[in-house]
Amino acid sequence: MTYLAKPKFHHPSLPKNEVGFTRRDYEGKVSTLCAGCGHDSISAAVIQACWEMNIEPHKVAKLSGIGCSSKTPDYFLGNSHGFNTVHGRMPSVLTGANAANKDLLYFGFSGDGDSASIGLGQFAHAMRRGVNMVYMLENNGVYGLTKGQFSATADKGSRSKRGAVNADTPVDTVSLALLMGATFVARSFSGDKRQLVPLIKAAMAHKGAAFIDIISPCVTFNNHVGSTKSYDYMREHNEVANCLDFVPSRDEITVDYEEGESAKVTLHDGSVLELSKNRGEHAFRDKTAAMNYIQEHQVKGVIVTGLLYIQPEATDLHEHLNTVDVPLNRLTEKELCPGAAVLKEINASLR
Amino acid sequence: MLHTTSQLKPIEVVNDFVVKFATINGSGSASANELFAKSILRMGVPVGTRNIFPSNIQGLPTWFEVRVSEKGWLGRRGGVDLMVALNPQSWDADMKEIDPGGYLLFDNSKELPASSFPAGITAIGVPLTNICNAAYSDARQRQLFKNIVYVGALSFLLDMDAAVIEKVIAEQYMKKERLLASNVEAFRLGRDYAEQNLKPIGLRVRTSDTVGDRILIDGNHAAALGFVYGGAMVCAWYPITPSTSVAEAFQTYCSKLRIDPETGKKRVAIVHAEDELASIGMVVGAGWNGARAFTATSGPGISLMSEFIGLAYFAEIPATIVNVQRGGPSTGMPSRTQQSDILACAYASHGDTKHVLLFPEDPHECFDDAAAALDLAERLQTPIFVMSDLDIGMNQHLSAPFEWDDNRLYDRGKVMTKEMLDAGTVFSRYLDVDGDGIPFRTYPGTHPTLGGYFARGTSRNANAQYSEAGEDYVYNVQRLLKKFETAKTLVPQPVIREAARPAHAGVIYYGSTSPAMAETIEILEAKGLYLDRLRLRAFPFSDSVREFIDKHDRVFVVEQNRDGQIRTLLINELDINPSKLVSVLHYDGAPITARAITDGIASQMTACLQRKAG
Repeated sequence: MTYLAKPKFHHPSLPKNEVGFTRRDYEGKVSTLCAGCGHDSISAAVIQACWEMNIEPHKVAKLSGIGCSSKTPDYFLGNSHGFNTVHGRMPSVLTGANAANKDLLYFGFSGDGDSASIGLGQFAHAMRRGVNMVYMLENNGVYGLTKGQFSATADKGSRSKRGAVNADTPVDTVSLALLMGATFVARSFSGDKRQLVPLIKAAMAHKGAAFIDIISPCVTFNNHVGSTKSYDYMREHNEVANCLDFVPSRDEITVDYEEGESAKVTLHDGSVLELSKNRGEHAFRDKTAAMNYIQEHQVKGVIVTGLLYIQPEATDLHEHLNTVDVPLNRLTEKELCPGAAVLKEINASLR
Repeated sequence: MLHTTSQLKPIEVVNDFVVKFATINGSGSASANELFAKSILRMGVPVGTRNIFPSNIQGLPTWFEVRVSEKGWLGRRGGVDLMVALNPQSWDADMKEIDPGGYLLFDNSKELPASSFPAGITAIGVPLTNICNAAYSDARQRQLFKNIVYVGALSFLLDMDAAVIEKVIAEQYMKKERLLASNVEAFRLGRDYAEQNLKPIGLRVRTSDTVGDRILIDGNHAAALGFVYGGAMVCAWYPITPSTSVAEAFQTYCSKLRIDPETGKKRVAIVHAEDELASIGMVVGAGWNGARAFTATSGPGISLMSEFIGLAYFAEIPATIVNVQRGGPSTGMPSRTQQSDILACAYASHGDTKHVLLFPEDPHECFDDAAAALDLAERLQTPIFVMSDLDIGMNQHLSAPFEWDDNRLYDRGKVMTKEMLDAGTVFSRYLDVDGDGIPFRTYPGTHPTLGGYFARGTSRNANAQYSEAGEDYVYNVQRLLKKFETAKTLVPQPVIREAARPAHAGVIYYGSTSPAMAETIEILEAKGLYLDRLRLRAFPFSDSVREFIDKHDRVFVVEQNRDGQIRTLLINELDINPSKLVSVLHYDGAPITARAITDGIASQMTACLQRKAG
């Protein structure tokens, strides 16, 4: 199917969102990934989240590294600018782009080879800096484009398609993101759109470094018995930490939780995140509790998904750098150049 | 206390000599040495200073050379007329550098055996330690003020105006009254001792007026200021000697010159990245997103950045990189100067790449080239390298004052706006619409439905759609070659100076070699050897470079690297017959000297003349 161009024809009655776009306006090129790839479900979730959030497509910048996951930004938000950068280095390019223009919404797409191996350093430092972004790691535990090598997130003892057993300790990206200072940390599963879409929406509303690790099975190289990143394994070992709903600031809260069963988090833009309280009232705001929760389940071989940690009042890179409110790329000679008279004074001070 | 170890006639010159200070790193000598140099400048006599320092914070030998030259020869000459030798570690080597008939100033608090002194010089002892031990009780003060005490003694020996030096001290400690008084006191201690016990020597500083309106500044500060004026909005960097002070100076200037007066917020983003890969990544991201961005680095940083440099070249993203060149790799030689990254930068990265390089000769051009690089990067949508070096970057040089035209507008290059898109202008990201190889780009966020594209390296067609088709690739890289041709007409053009008489030979040089070359030409002409000269200011080479080479039988290429890298680039890019280009090289880590160039050229020219005569 990948050789077919996507038809431009729109059904005339497709519903439009508040900014006048149909869902089709958020689509991109036809995917060239394998049929059944988890990544395509994530692309669909991004499309839905953006449409529902009434994001103008050109107000999004989507950046990626290299790998199967990093090809995906071509398959959604076709009217947005995108940048397929260098293997493992998307975070620095995104940081620079964000520094240049704080007004856009930044999506970083990466894979487990991209973020947990070659780009582990950049991944960690982008979290430390609090770059305002939604960083989605499409995690399948395997190198797809180079055909099936273990990645650094492959679990110890898991088997490759060729039968090799992984002896190395996996990098747990959510724990690392937490440690490095990410202020929104979640894990989800590409097969659970009901959980993933609100998570992406909440991450978009969050100001600061938002990280979602999305287990996304590789149907070609890592979906066999012995893999811990297969569809079957995920379905058997997924513990949903919380159900959540994302309520934009202007909407009335309609989610139906029993009294006392839900907790609400108000984000900086006034939108509300409502979570089921499987983990107790404030667990998701407590970094230590979040860390313990992840580790305890990991030991039991259970993969927890859902929102794991949020710091709603987080600050971002621009606040740390104390930059002006107008995007830097819009400044002109008038604001940037101190002029000849000042230069004369500088010359005088150097004599 | 003055004793002469031989009957050789001591050097006697006015306003034309070299003083070298041999001290210990971390002993506080640097500011005293700068005070000395600045005072001579204030007497209206041009000085060139070179700091030769180790990779160390405290303890290893360090040197500071002051070239005093009324004629304005501010490169290194070679040799030393007065050695201020205060470091036992380097004593023997320091003695060998003193020219015959030269002078030595040393601390004679402890008597040294006569065998310590070379023949044919005048050795002058000043008991610096004893003077300071008597005057101060604090150990740190005893050490620190020794430096000011020797400046005091020197000022008398060289017949300098004490009032001028005291004025410079006063400026230096304008807001620290206690330090001002104690520094003047230490200066007086040295001056008084010399007045009472010594006589002025044969080297004299006489008040003159040959400095003009020139300024004293190092190239890294100048480049930083150039970036402020040139409109850099984003700087991402990682510390590496000798480029660190570019970003630090930029930060300092921005904290004064880039503050919104109403909010106090900054009109710039400066990010200290985790490494050079990240710093260039940030610059590329900012450039893609419509900000003028730069990074400053040195050799190893360029190696680390290479992958991104290739991406920026193929994806056509503006990026400005200052490379303050040094020896290397590893640690040690990196605190010494070289011009040894020419090829590494010209062809940086994988695939068929070529990059624009600018070669500033001094701080004035560091300022100009920094601002120009930001324009060129956006005009050409490609990485631009400003190829400074440690000599230019970290030494203060007397330079023409900075200039800025308030009517100057930044060249933001070919950017398609929302208005243009709405008016129906067709946007093809990688199509050569004007025949100059430069396509239009759009900034992210420009238009709700038009102009968006997915940037990637090479696998795309002219409309930025994914393509692995051979013809799309070939079209694209051929267009990049055309763009490189266009670059020839946009970069600073070479500076050509003809010899006083018609010459068959020429010399090509660039960067920090410039001041020593000016002196060389005069020395050679005095010997009857005439050379036309061409100073390169940029790569790609303009047509005038080829014409210059074609016009001469033989062209010397003077460089501060082992392999004659510019020579290789000239041969490779202009298809020059290699036998025509003769390398004159200097690469021991110290800045090139007029004597080294003169010897290198004169020996070959004389041999050639003799062959012709024979």
